[in-house]
Amino acid sequence: MEHYNMNLNLKVWRQKNCKSKGEFKLYRVENISSEMSFLEMFDVLNEQLIRDGDDPITFDHDCREGICGACSMYINGKPHGPWQANTTCQLHMRAFNDGDTIVVEPWRADAFPVIKDLMVDRSAFDRIIQAGGYISVNTGNAVDGNAIPIPKDDADASFAAAMCIGCGACVAACKNSSAMLFLSAKVSHLALLPQGAPERKSRVMNMVAQMDKEGFGSCTNTGACEATCPKEISITNIARLNKEYLGAGFTSDK
Amino acid sequence: MTWKQVFTSSVGKKLVMGFTGIFLILFLIVHAGLNACIWAGDNGEMFTKGAHFMGSNWVPRILEVGLFAGLLLHIIQGLMLEFSNRSKRSVGYAVSYGNEGSKWYSRSMGLLGTLILLFLILHLYHFWLPNRASQGFLLGEEINLFEKMKLEFSELWVVIVYVLGCLSLGYHLAHGFQSAFRTLGIHNKRYNTLLTSVGYAFSIIITLLFAMMPVSFYMGWV
Ligand code: SF4
Ligand code: FES
Repeated sequence: MEHYNMNLNLKVWRQKNCKSKGEFKLYRVENISSEMSFLEMFDVLNEQLIRDGDDPITFDHDCREGICGACSMYINGKPHGPWQANTTCQLHMRAFNDGDTIVVEPWRADAFPVIKDLMVDRSAFDRIIQAGGYISVNTGNAVDGNAIPIPKDDADASFAAAMCIGCGACVAACKNSSAMLFLSAKVSHLALLPQGAPERKSRVMNMVAQMDKEGFGSCTNTGACEATCPKEISITNIARLNKEYLGAGFTSDK
Repeated sequence: MTWKQVFTSSVGKKLVMGFTGIFLILFLIVHAGLNACIWAGDNGEMFTKGAHFMGSNWVPRILEVGLFAGLLLHIIQGLMLEFSNRSKRSVGYAVSYGNEGSKWYSRSMGLLGTLILLFLILHLYHFWLPNRASQGFLLGEEINLFEKMKLEFSELWVVIVYVLGCLSLGYHLAHGFQSAFRTLGIHNKRYNTLLTSVGYAFSIIITLLFAMMPVSFYMGWV
């Protein structure tokens, strides 16, 4: 596609810290290249703010290549912006036209409190993982990776679930602020493999309990999470999670 | 993990909604099937026989207690979930994701459920309550439900409210049917497509069947 430059109006959420109220501020950026990424456009804006002696806008980012899950902007009513299966850092300015007004908000969920501006605290996800998102491995020599036979379909499904980068867009998109897609991906990718079998029952129970403790809402299967997920995590993982939960809930002895 | 913990976690509450939902779906099938007898063309004879069995035999009467229990559980749990889920985002979005990511009716189960509840109150007041009252809430003399239907459905506003009630039910089912089975853990691709189509077909058939009942009376088709 032809390269072009554009001038844009940005309506960005500014909030000093988790205690303060926050509000939208209007900014204008000029001569933005269509080849820039969305975050590079924010870099340009921040340079501008710093030159003017203003406080630059805080936002999360790390790899900028769509694999770490750090970037998190709710752009024009959709987490990670208008493109499908895409992260904010991989959203390019060619998705927009000269003169557009873009509204940028942080992930909104009480379980993800705003730290500053567009940056939210997603450590709740880490605590969910800590509650059960692991397997036990014996010390000693590493086992041959192919020692345990695994059906190809299971391996593929497990790998697809393991694609989740923990960005939290599913929570941001859900009307209930539910973390079920994330949780189901984390439970599924281990439950599908023999390596995950020893902790199978306690894993799902403990992770669900932790999720509830963190104050996420409960899932009503609307599918907004799946539609927005940058890694195309399938909502069928949620049904699998339910099955895991049902199985563990009815058969575990503890 | 105690039973209480199993059923009171966020996933456990979903299970309760799913189980009671499927139970209510089964009830709808029975209800629609029995009521379809009004179209037998015998001036309500077959329908009255069926209704008499349901009202005078103690087996369906005991099942009725279970039905109300399931219904209440579904309503109370549903409303509580709706309120709790709404409280999880104190600061809302300026621009909403809207219909791009999900169907409007899947996001409106609380609202649709409430509309159905309002309709249900009117519906029970029209038929169930006078019938059971005449029976002394035991196994006494029933009223003629066919005549009662004729009477109620001669009124246009009643017919309109009933059709709207059925429409709410239809949309509630369009999401609820498949969601309930997903909640019980059906995730296989083969079943998923089946589930979606059966779910939509069921919602449409149930809605049409029930909506046609008041309409048929009003139009004088039965
Ligand atoms: S499931 Fe998708 S949207 Fe949710 S955290 Fe994982 S990658 Fe992000
Ligand atoms: S910055 Fe790593 S995924 Fe966007």
